[in-house]
Amino acid sequence: MFLPHTETERREMLRTIGVNALEQLFADIPSALRLKGQLNLPPSASEAEIWRELRRLAAVNRDLDTYPCFLGAGAYDHLIPAAVTSIVSRGEFLTAYTPYQAEISQGELQAMWEYQSMMVELTGMDVANSSMYDGATALAEAALLASAVTGQRRVLVPQNVHPEYREVTATYLRARGLEMVDLPFDRSSGQVDLAALAKELEVAAAAVVVQNPNFFGIIETEAKQAVELAHKAGALAIVVADPISLAILTPPGELGADIAVGNGQPLGNPISFGGPHFGFFAARQELLRRLPGRIVGETVDRQGRRGFVLALQTREQHIRREKATSNICTNQAHNALMAAVYLALLGPQGLREVAEACLQKSHYAAERLQQIPGCSLAFSGPFYQEFVLTIPVEPAELTRQLLAAGIIGPLPLASLLPGEEWAHKYLVCVTEARSREEIDRLVTAVTWAVNAAAGA
Amino acid sequence: MTIFERGAPGRRAYRLPVLDVPAKPLDELVPPRARRQGPLLLPELSELEVIRHYTDLSHRNWAVDVGFYPLGSCTMKYNPRINEAVAALPGFSRIHPYQPEETVQGALELMYRLQQYLAEITGMHAITLAPAAGAHGEFLGLLLVQAYHRHRGEEKSRRQIIVPDSAHGTNPASAALAGYEVVVVPSNKEGGVDVEELRRLVGPATAGLMLTNPNTLGLFEKEITEIASIVHGAGGLLYYDGANMNAILGVCRPGDMGFDIVHLNLHKTFSTPHGGGGPGAGAIGVTERLIPFLPGPRVEYDATSGKYRLQPAGPLSVGRIKEFYGHFGVMVRAYTYIRMLGPTGLRQVAEAAVLNANYLQARLRASGLYVFPYSRRCMHEFVCSARRQREESGLRATDLAKRLIDYGYHPPTVAFPLVVEEALMCEPTETEAKETLDGFAEALIAVAREAKENPDVIREAPHTTPVSRLDEVRANRNPVLNWRMRQAVVQKEKGREEERG
Amino acid sequence: MYPEDLRYSSEHEWVKVEGNKARIGVTHYAQSELGDVVFVDLPSVGDTLVAGQAFAVIESVKSVSDVYAPVSGTVVAVNDRLSDSPELINQSPYEDGWIVEVELSDPSELDNLMTADEYRASVAGEEADGGED
Repeated sequence: MFLPHTETERREMLRTIGVNALEQLFADIPSALRLKGQLNLPPSASEAEIWRELRRLAAVNRDLDTYPCFLGAGAYDHLIPAAVTSIVSRGEFLTAYTPYQAEISQGELQAMWEYQSMMVELTGMDVANSSMYDGATALAEAALLASAVTGQRRVLVPQNVHPEYREVTATYLRARGLEMVDLPFDRSSGQVDLAALAKELEVAAAAVVVQNPNFFGIIETEAKQAVELAHKAGALAIVVADPISLAILTPPGELGADIAVGNGQPLGNPISFGGPHFGFFAARQELLRRLPGRIVGETVDRQGRRGFVLALQTREQHIRREKATSNICTNQAHNALMAAVYLALLGPQGLREVAEACLQKSHYAAERLQQIPGCSLAFSGPFYQEFVLTIPVEPAELTRQLLAAGIIGPLPLASLLPGEEWAHKYLVCVTEARSREEIDRLVTAVTWAVNAAAGA
Repeated sequence: MTIFERGAPGRRAYRLPVLDVPAKPLDELVPPRARRQGPLLLPELSELEVIRHYTDLSHRNWAVDVGFYPLGSCTMKYNPRINEAVAALPGFSRIHPYQPEETVQGALELMYRLQQYLAEITGMHAITLAPAAGAHGEFLGLLLVQAYHRHRGEEKSRRQIIVPDSAHGTNPASAALAGYEVVVVPSNKEGGVDVEELRRLVGPATAGLMLTNPNTLGLFEKEITEIASIVHGAGGLLYYDGANMNAILGVCRPGDMGFDIVHLNLHKTFSTPHGGGGPGAGAIGVTERLIPFLPGPRVEYDATSGKYRLQPAGPLSVGRIKEFYGHFGVMVRAYTYIRMLGPTGLRQVAEAAVLNANYLQARLRASGLYVFPYSRRCMHEFVCSARRQREESGLRATDLAKRLIDYGYHPPTVAFPLVVEEALMCEPTETEAKETLDGFAEALIAVAREAKENPDVIREAPHTTPVSRLDEVRANRNPVLNWRMRQAVVQKEKGREEERG
Repeated sequence: MYPEDLRYSSEHEWVKVEGNKARIGVTHYAQSELGDVVFVDLPSVGDTLVAGQAFAVIESVKSVSDVYAPVSGTVVAVNDRLSDSPELINQSPYEDGWIVEVELSDPSELDNLMTADEYRASVAGEEADGGED
């Protein structure tokens, strides 16, 4: 199907090689190891049959084009300009590999350099790499970096950081015999508990992590103080950020952070059932040589013309092997390209408008939802595009009713967080992609569900 | 021109819907101290300008779609367009990972089937689709090794991971990331693992061995059964780096060779596009005794309800390694590829990949111009050396690689594997036609002739590209890694000029 | 290429002794094998050097090399100019490209090092093998 050889060519090629049969080329494989018979897989399908099969599988899923979605929690339904998809579908970007041969890879290299530049602008940091697998692994690698720099073994991670980020970071730290310390958060505001942080910092630590807005959607208005506490104790400060929110919220650089990481998916990447997305990783200049991942740098060619190359490669696994700063090789270049194109299309004003629309629409939704009897905000801190709402309905029941109303509802926190306290708490996300009409439909559906539960 | 030098202040490319909810003053929603103070200096362009910018960039980029890309160990095969078309279906690209399971049964069914297919292809008992890439899979594999030994109370004593000197850099880097000490086992004269040396290296400190088979020299480890029994005999586990799985699809399986853990690069073997460096996807397969340690969630099928569900990790799991469930979009593409080829097609892939590599090798060998360090037949790739060109003309493998660009080819992998000096590592893949291989062989032969007759033309190559060789020393001594750093450099230079002026 | 007043190690470092202090750098041979140096990772004043152990890292575009302490001692000065001008290692390995100065903790270790003649002979051997680190 994708093989070009004709029978005549095959014979000619075998003759050139000097064998009679293809089988002889596999002579090095001991016969005891050879597969007897065929792999037990379904027989080959034509393109038309594949279309039918995959359309059927896709049709079983309820997609966000048909069902307005109020889920966020790390993957966000933002509008994606048609031009993003069109540009990144070009085969020259899609079917290239890592730009090792710079002279014939200037397109990719420049695009990555521009991406790095945009992330530096957004985060307010000095340098950015050209992508990580996702936000969670970016945080984990940032924690390892902090431990390497400070020589300390404890990384303080508040419990209002995304639970999956916390789990991944714990996995990475445990592998190296390092410790992730749980930091409590203020149960009333939903923000980092500064007093608890100060107390934990009495014992030396490698890093303090702050997610802003945090997992509950709350803006960490005192993030700067958390960063200062970390620095005073000799620890690094790592800020997990939402890239679009940075158009209006204090960027990590202005907070004084040493490292900024996050999931870049909101920037023009399809949700795609959770991946592929990409992680961004930006840092202060002093940490440059410890950064994981690929970094593109500007230089000149022999005639003095501007060009771009992979820079600081000695950090990486293909040169430093077991002493490399990370083992990352394949990254998320294509996803980062989507982000760069998205940012180029939106521009500073467009991005600010997206962030403000998320802010305004989520507040409109929160205000209306709170008017439903028994529904209230769980935290008092200011929020950005997500908020935790108590809804006096069981998760299975609420989900069922909202689906019946044609809505993919908010996230029942009980599905991710342990403990009775989360039983009726929901994380509601409202992006610029939701219309007022859709929000009103959500409000109506929740009202019915609450009434039904009260009547039952 | 960079994108920052295009456009004009105030220019716009994308318009949002008019805000349809009542707007509140910003101060009421976000306290000023929590807001951005500094400017946001992003480019400001029209949509046409953005399109032209990236189209222009795309014209300065090599890709499989543009031409031959024999980059050894990267498996740059054709990426079928049907993969892209189906992955873009809203039922796949527009679903949220936290949707109720009953609303994503099609996605879960696809993942479940892909798990089954990959288990069959590798001969393993269970598959997790979580890893983001090959190196991420390696890291997970080593966590599994760690968890296995921990469970047996030997975590503290088994501190060493053995890797061959021909291994990819990711192997030792992943071992170090997982906290292991790396022990290198040398290759023998035939390009395989030195089995006697391995016997000497294993012991009570051995946690496991990482092996690529066929190895990075494109050679099958004939003594794999013996190697497996040595490592298992010492209490260690065997890890299979699936970078070169393309060579043995449907021919033999890592599970049957004695491997305990296998990773696959869906973006190499199963034709998902490399995207300029990513995304990839690495699946991990394990034998039965390692299943309890796998990360969550994996997809399971409940026969009673007829539903697919996400099964969370068990109590012995190594823990989560990735947000959500892995690279679903990549899984859709790999699934499509496997379904289109079927068992017969997959085997033909391996056969054609091996045929192409041997043919290219035979043509180059016949020229007598390059040194072939190993006399064996190769599998899906081979390594030859530009040692003679270095001795005769002082040219390096890199120089020859740059000259190949002028002939219209992406060069092979150079300077790797480390066990061959001046290495040129060629992996043509199965999707290339004979005449492409002929053209490439003739180009390599022509370059070798030039090396004798006119080495300077090679030293200065490439001559046909938008830029000539770039000053990497400058890029590394004084890194300019973004627009802001560039502006600072410009300012500094201006300052200096003014001082002088 | 190999000044007579220095002592040399088999790992291609030189030592210049002045009283109980010693200045340390890498040899002409080492810098030519490394190629263009782009970065030097330096120790800090007060660090302890142990003979035979790595104390600094020199990077070129595509290689990384440890610098091994030829003698043991405490670092009393580091060549900060290398941070901005790593090329000094290439341009002036014995003068401007020095790396650290240590206070010797065991001067008898100097006896294990080579004279210029001995080092020249050993380098000639390596060159003949075409061997590289």
